[in-house]
Amino acid sequence: MGSITLRNVSKVFGEAKVIPSIDLDIEDGEFVVFVGPSGCGKSTLLRLIAGLEDVSGGEIVIDGKPATDAPPARRGLAMVFQSYALYPHMSVRSNIAFPLKMAGMDKAEIDRKVADAAKVLNLTDYLERKPRQLSGGQRQRVAIGRAIVRQPKAFLFDEPLSNLDAALRVNMRLEISELHQQLQTTMIYVTHDQVEAMTMADKIVVLNKGRIEQVGSPLDLYRKPANLFVAGFIGSPKMNLIEGAYAEAKGAKTVGIRPEHMVLSHDSGSWTGTVTIAEHLGSDTFMHIEVDGIGTVTARANGDFACRHGDRVYITPDENRLYRFDEKGLAL
Amino acid sequence: MARKVSTRRKLIMSAIAWTLGILIFFPILWTFITSFKTEAEAVASPPSFLFFHWTTENYAQVQERSDYFLHFMNSVVVSLGSTFLGLLIAIPAAWAMAFSPTKRTKDVLMWMLSTKMMPPVGALIPIYLIFRDGGLLDTRTGLVIVLTLINLPIIVWMLYTYFKEIPGEILEAARMDGASLPKEIVYVLTPMAVPGIASTLLLNIILSWNEAFWTLNLSASKAAPLTAFIASYSSPEGLFYAKLSAASTMAIAPILIMGWFSQKQLVRGLTFGAVK
Repeated sequence: MGSITLRNVSKVFGEAKVIPSIDLDIEDGEFVVFVGPSGCGKSTLLRLIAGLEDVSGGEIVIDGKPATDAPPARRGLAMVFQSYALYPHMSVRSNIAFPLKMAGMDKAEIDRKVADAAKVLNLTDYLERKPRQLSGGQRQRVAIGRAIVRQPKAFLFDEPLSNLDAALRVNMRLEISELHQQLQTTMIYVTHDQVEAMTMADKIVVLNKGRIEQVGSPLDLYRKPANLFVAGFIGSPKMNLIEGAYAEAKGAKTVGIRPEHMVLSHDSGSWTGTVTIAEHLGSDTFMHIEVDGIGTVTARANGDFACRHGDRVYITPDENRLYRFDEKGLAL
Repeated sequence: MARKVSTRRKLIMSAIAWTLGILIFFPILWTFITSFKTEAEAVASPPSFLFFHWTTENYAQVQERSDYFLHFMNSVVVSLGSTFLGLLIAIPAAWAMAFSPTKRTKDVLMWMLSTKMMPPVGALIPIYLIFRDGGLLDTRTGLVIVLTLINLPIIVWMLYTYFKEIPGEILEAARMDGASLPKEIVYVLTPMAVPGIASTLLLNIILSWNEAFWTLNLSASKAAPLTAFIASYSSPEGLFYAKLSAASTMAIAPILIMGWFSQKQLVRGLTFGAVK
């Protein structure tokens, strides 16, 4: 069982209050993603849960037991680091076996578990190699192997895919999701990439300046962002945020329209504008359009929609999918 | 894309490299050759390079006149002793500075290094007086102490650079994997720190072995290491080039052989961890 509860958890580094106060409940078996811009405190929060940093206030409960003052080794959590943090002088086998050896397990049992983990992660042929003889993706798998062998209460991932190239990142993302399906163990995953957050999470925690902006399922956050920050952070390309006369007419300070909620046409529509940049992805085309009286807007069109820099186009926002925000940036 | 290197360019580069290499090595080679000449041939002009009467007589005379083995043992004791004593002090010091630095750590390191910028002769008189009053003149203990002190800044700096290279995340990973502090030290820290310690040890043995200023000034006969043994052939009875060469060859041979066998570690040591 791996439920984790944070109550009034805060962290201060010298003068800087990195995390003012956080309350969070993580259920057993959940895949929770902490997402936010760099410096938002997401890694610090993960390290507080891991026990690698001491909390300045509040308490952490793991699996129903208070863990606030427990050292990392006693919390029963496994962590995968951004730099992989493999032991360079040990073979892949010894790396994966290390936590079991620390737990004092007998040799035969260790061998069996390492073999199992290696099989799951396609590492069987590499067991005798040293980490430096492996590719980035393989190293990441060894780090995950080291985490899964001892069946922890929860896995903590600290931006594990940041050092991989784009194609490999997509693969590893799928592998980690599959692993979660198989193991059904609690996973906490830190990333600054909202695509990773959206595709992997059961529950996303959006952080900004050490505060939780919103907690919810990926589609909840997409459909009902609680404020401007979440609205701008979740979704790719970013939501268009429009102020001024148009917003006032809708009874709001700011109106948000997602690029995918606009209809483009060469003949008619409610707005007109000039295409400044057209990004052709094949399936979709992302257009940056200078809309008359509104400002720069990003819109998504079908890949077949023909347009070039300088073209005049018509845009019709989907009135049923507008997001309205008040002076404080909260959703109306 | 790798740059294409033409054959001609390669030839020129090799020629320059060889010239430089021979230029640097030539004095050692000449010393070695001279040690097999008679005194007359050693000063002959023009000198003969290979075609002379080879003799090992100089070596026999040097051994007869001064006890090579005693000086050799002094060198061994002094360089090993000062190196181990230095490591004993420097490992905890560098460790603390690398893993729990404070605001002043950089200043302390700089200050330690700055002591190496001072001309040693500036401290000779006070140290000589302290040694005289403490009964340390011409003792192995005294030399071990002074060599430890003069090499300590370099040892601390080298170890500090190595320890700095050990990524903190690996230690955190060990903690997450359930390692207690003693286990973390035994299984993770030590294996990762040993190569750095080994390079430091080797380089420091060489530095101590070759150190001449303090050993010459603070020893006379009993504790005199090989540096003093060479020096004793340079002046009192005029110059005896052949014997001086024989003594030099005997003094540098052990350290040269050790250096040869530990090349790999040494190169790592000399680059100060700059190349991973």
